[in-house]
Amino acid sequence: MPFVPHTEEDIRAMLGAIGVDSIDDLFDEIPAALRYDLNEKNPLALVPDGMPESEVARLMRGRADDDGSPSCFIGAGAYEHHIPAAVWEITTRGEFYSAYTPYQAEASQGTLQLLYEFQTMMASLTGMDVSNGSLYDGASGLAEAVLMAVRANRKSKSKRILLPRTTHPHYRKTANTIVKNQGITLEELDYDREGGHIDPASLPDEPGDFAALVIPYPNFFGVLEEVDALTDWAHSHGALVIAVVNPLALGLLKSPAQWGDKGADIVCGEGQPLGVPMASGGPYYGLMCCKQALVRQMPGRIVGRTVDLDGKAGYTLTLQAREQHIRRSKATSNICTNQGLMVTASTIHMALLGAEGLKKVAAQSHANKQELVEGLTAIEGVQNVFNRPAFHEAVIQLESPVADVLNSLAENNILGGYSLVEDYPELGNALLVCATETKNSTDIKDYAEKLQRILNA
Amino acid sequence: MSNVPAELKYTKSHEWVSVDGDVATVGITDHAQDLLGDMVFIELPDVGATFSKGDDCAVVESVKAASDVYSPVSGEVVEVNEDLADSPESVNNDAYTAWLFKIKLSDASEVDEMLDAATYSGVAADDSH
Repeated sequence: MPFVPHTEEDIRAMLGAIGVDSIDDLFDEIPAALRYDLNEKNPLALVPDGMPESEVARLMRGRADDDGSPSCFIGAGAYEHHIPAAVWEITTRGEFYSAYTPYQAEASQGTLQLLYEFQTMMASLTGMDVSNGSLYDGASGLAEAVLMAVRANRKSKSKRILLPRTTHPHYRKTANTIVKNQGITLEELDYDREGGHIDPASLPDEPGDFAALVIPYPNFFGVLEEVDALTDWAHSHGALVIAVVNPLALGLLKSPAQWGDKGADIVCGEGQPLGVPMASGGPYYGLMCCKQALVRQMPGRIVGRTVDLDGKAGYTLTLQAREQHIRRSKATSNICTNQGLMVTASTIHMALLGAEGLKKVAAQSHANKQELVEGLTAIEGVQNVFNRPAFHEAVIQLESPVADVLNSLAENNILGGYSLVEDYPELGNALLVCATETKNSTDIKDYAEKLQRILNA
Repeated sequence: MSNVPAELKYTKSHEWVSVDGDVATVGITDHAQDLLGDMVFIELPDVGATFSKGDDCAVVESVKAASDVYSPVSGEVVEVNEDLADSPESVNNDAYTAWLFKIKLSDASEVDEMLDAATYSGVAADDSH
């Protein structure tokens, strides 16, 4: 096929379709001072001169110092956990360290075996039959799970998905952006104000037809949903169950395969808590598992184990007929890549901790959250909002504006939590706090004392 | 030259049909299985599903490719060949006994519009060049 660039006419038609006058208008979001004008004599005049390495190092050290080393009590989807030094020491060895995942079976047995081990670990954490080699992140993973459920649920003619408001707000936005132009409707499901969970009794009794119900576990408030009742409701109403999980929590909690009578059908989630540093928001990775019956609808790459001509074990990509290089426009997804390096770190992290280690991290995080909530709610004017069991996060309510309190805490070297004011205005001055195993009693007391001082000021 | 039984009807997209009363049995032709190679998975429609002529209704996946099967006629699926779940290779062994599904015709005249064996042989021969 020849390479044919867009003609002027093509460009005008495309601009017309989205209601924009010129290509320059597409860059409006970037301040003019930061854009260069190709018509200028020297379009790069705004770019500063180069700096010597020593000066760059000094500049970057200064910027890193500006971050300080605050004590972090923010969770909300990205979690601070202890990562053994060996994890990234091994991950960044030359044999693994690559921006792109090498898939050639003849050249990359090590990487392929590691991905296979990763899939095995994910399948055993979630209890599901199969796992793929990862997706981009938790949020886009949910979007892929929604698309997959609509394809897989052939009994349901609807393209409607029940999506609880207890699902991470960013995940909901991301999923909506990806699926809305494919005729799929995400119907919001409100939560119980006392429990912070989806009340199974609130599920539509005479529902329209839904392709799937999304169940976050733990949910965005840290609260544990009534997964058995929700799963059974979905299956008895012809809907599939999409579990959105924190994989670390599954070290302790009931695996999605055991929910209700039949278990969840698709499991997705954010892999960051397993050995990936928070790093200002990424790169992270998404996990995805499902029942065997749905494997041909699953997006992403899958590594399989086979034998070579001599009968020796070997690893190779498998079930590629789902993928875009073979199925073209009918492919399960355009996502045909994975987050190889993050998955490498996660696999090594899980191998080092073992099942017992993961369980201990989860249990200690849960215990620290309890201690944190007790410490904070002992302060006058601070209330615990929800009465249902929760994992390592909780919602507390303050009597003064959350943003001001968070700013004052930040001045005192405490990242106090994630404000829920914008996403959940009905909760008032609500703050989502988190304590992982990285916090001890001294850290927690320090937070409580500083919060008390700020509230009494 | 592939096997094209004279008593069957065909489509340009390589499905065959055999009609018994108001029920049509559908499969893919010997020529199609030959092009696709070893079958590894066949995704069949649900019993009770309704299709219009030309709708994609099944997927045949081989070691080389995954291809859609288009419904040669309009109607409701009344039976699918469950045996194919465990032995997709039977399509390679004999494409004309390894049927995919049976569909209750909603418009019997659609069968008359299909290709006869001689015309289909021509299509398959052209296709092979």
